[in-house]
Amino acid sequence: MSSLSGSRRLPQVFPELAQSRRFQKRAGSVLWYLVLLAVSLTVILPFFWMIATSFKTPPEVFSYPPSWIPQALQFGNYVDAWHSAPFARYFTNSAVVALAVTAGQLVSCCLAAFAFARMNFKGKGFMFALFLSTTMISTQVTLVPSYLIVQKLDWIDTYQGLIVPFIANAFGVFMIRQSFMTIPRDLEDAARIDGCGRLRFLATIIIPLSKPILAAQGLFAFMGNWNSYLWPLIVTNREEMRTLQIGLRYFVSQETGTPWGIYMAAAVMVTIPVIVIYFLVQKSFVEGMATTGLKG
Amino acid sequence: MTAHPAALTTRSLRSWWHRRGEETFAAYAFLLPSLVIFVVFTFYPAIFSIVTSSMRWNLPYKAVFVGLQNYQNLFAGPVTGPVFWKAVLATLYFSLGVPINLSISFLLALLLNRRLPGVGLFRTAFFLPTITSTAAISVVWMWLYHPADYGLFNTLLLNLGLPIQRWLRDPALAMPCLILMGVWHGMGYNIIIFLAGLQNIPRELYEAADIDGAGGLAKLRWITWPLLSPTTFYILVIGIINSLRAFTEIDMMTEGGPLSVTTTLAYYLYQVAFQFFRLGEASAVAVILFVVLLILTLVQFRLVERRVHYE
Repeated sequence: MSSLSGSRRLPQVFPELAQSRRFQKRAGSVLWYLVLLAVSLTVILPFFWMIATSFKTPPEVFSYPPSWIPQALQFGNYVDAWHSAPFARYFTNSAVVALAVTAGQLVSCCLAAFAFARMNFKGKGFMFALFLSTTMISTQVTLVPSYLIVQKLDWIDTYQGLIVPFIANAFGVFMIRQSFMTIPRDLEDAARIDGCGRLRFLATIIIPLSKPILAAQGLFAFMGNWNSYLWPLIVTNREEMRTLQIGLRYFVSQETGTPWGIYMAAAVMVTIPVIVIYFLVQKSFVEGMATTGLKG
Repeated sequence: MTAHPAALTTRSLRSWWHRRGEETFAAYAFLLPSLVIFVVFTFYPAIFSIVTSSMRWNLPYKAVFVGLQNYQNLFAGPVTGPVFWKAVLATLYFSLGVPINLSISFLLALLLNRRLPGVGLFRTAFFLPTITSTAAISVVWMWLYHPADYGLFNTLLLNLGLPIQRWLRDPALAMPCLILMGVWHGMGYNIIIFLAGLQNIPRELYEAADIDGAGGLAKLRWITWPLLSPTTFYILVIGIINSLRAFTEIDMMTEGGPLSVTTTLAYYLYQVAFQFFRLGEASAVAVILFVVLLILTLVQFRLVERRVHYE
């Protein structure tokens, strides 16, 4: 902005300088594009390599020097990957678990956030501190006991075991609470005059007004759970209960001649759903990440 | 006592809905779902870990109280001690990726903080790795690091006339390989946070600097860098927390090897608990990790507060 106004002022006094400045600016933009293009192509390279390999036939995969573009667009690796492990089942498991965790988190977070944002009660400060303290206890620390609890409940190899430990999220409570607090008191008074109860007020007025933050929180819950690894690794033993990530792990560790074309096809299949979701909701995703500072 | 009629109705309404006892009861009903989960899967396990860290509990044998024996073994035991300290060093080594990641992300964020056409596309390119699951990315990078000549990195080396490497299977290279992948994977998130920080810096400051005839580097040194420091520290702390917890890539790509050079504390905890079934020792490792993470998280909270105030 400032340099623009600067160059607008300059022509009367130093016409040549202004010209050279404009030239510099244009040269700068070109350089900027070239640098960014080079860097981003490097960053994209592993993805490109993954996709290229997934379309190669076995002899082409192991040929040296490797070919950048596959000779023919053949989907054999995808068919083989799909048939050599129950990927449909893994997909279903991941989707069921991630959706259930997202729904559960949104419900529990909205309820708790409403209590903290709009109600006065005994022990509120203590409860708030208690919720806050859970964010300081990382999953690694609770891993062994949580596993023993799930084992005691006979929840190993069940959806409950994968879902229930994650349906509360203190960080989500704080973010949603902050949004709930911005809704004017007048609305609550008006609702009260109409004889509206708390739950109905929350469901019909507050939640629709807080859609952006709920969308962001829901998205993080979904992505985080879809990509989660350690917990599903330890609480699933049977193949039909594995999530996509764990399925991929065992698929790759089979070591039967290491068919990299098929592995890459599997990696593409695991990656695509998240990338599709990302492109659908790109804007709110990036904004949500920047404002909440949450990592998926 | 002549209150305004409107005020009176509001107050009586409030007393109707906010009767103290009823409201407290209702509030706890709202908190209940979260509370149950936190008690069962966070607080109880945390206390349980602290208690079992004072026991020798090697499955399938019964637990025996041994006081601080587990900690003593970890810190100075003849067998466990060296393994533990090696894991501590591996953890520190692995977290070297954090400052590297931060520096690269900072430079890229500066590059991306422009309003030229196509900038969104570049941002997406840097962000794609971040949203992809670590498991999928690990498979792709295992292929890139393939020790044969047709592995992509080895092909590049051969093109440069250099000898091929064994990458993940080479004890000297395995950790740098994990770090490089981690930088590539985590960059996108850092860039987003840096960009948000950059866009919060008031434009007038740069305009004032322009009037004073400040150059680009001077502006970077005296405006951008100091005003961005809360963001930088925040990214640093989050990065260290995440690197302490890293598990997926280690399990997928090296399983702690070769020669356990990539066995970080988090991976060691998993091995002790779920492969060796020494639950007491695992709990002691968990408690040590907990204390370190607790300190870092407290620092992070202070930083979030500062970041919010600054905004």
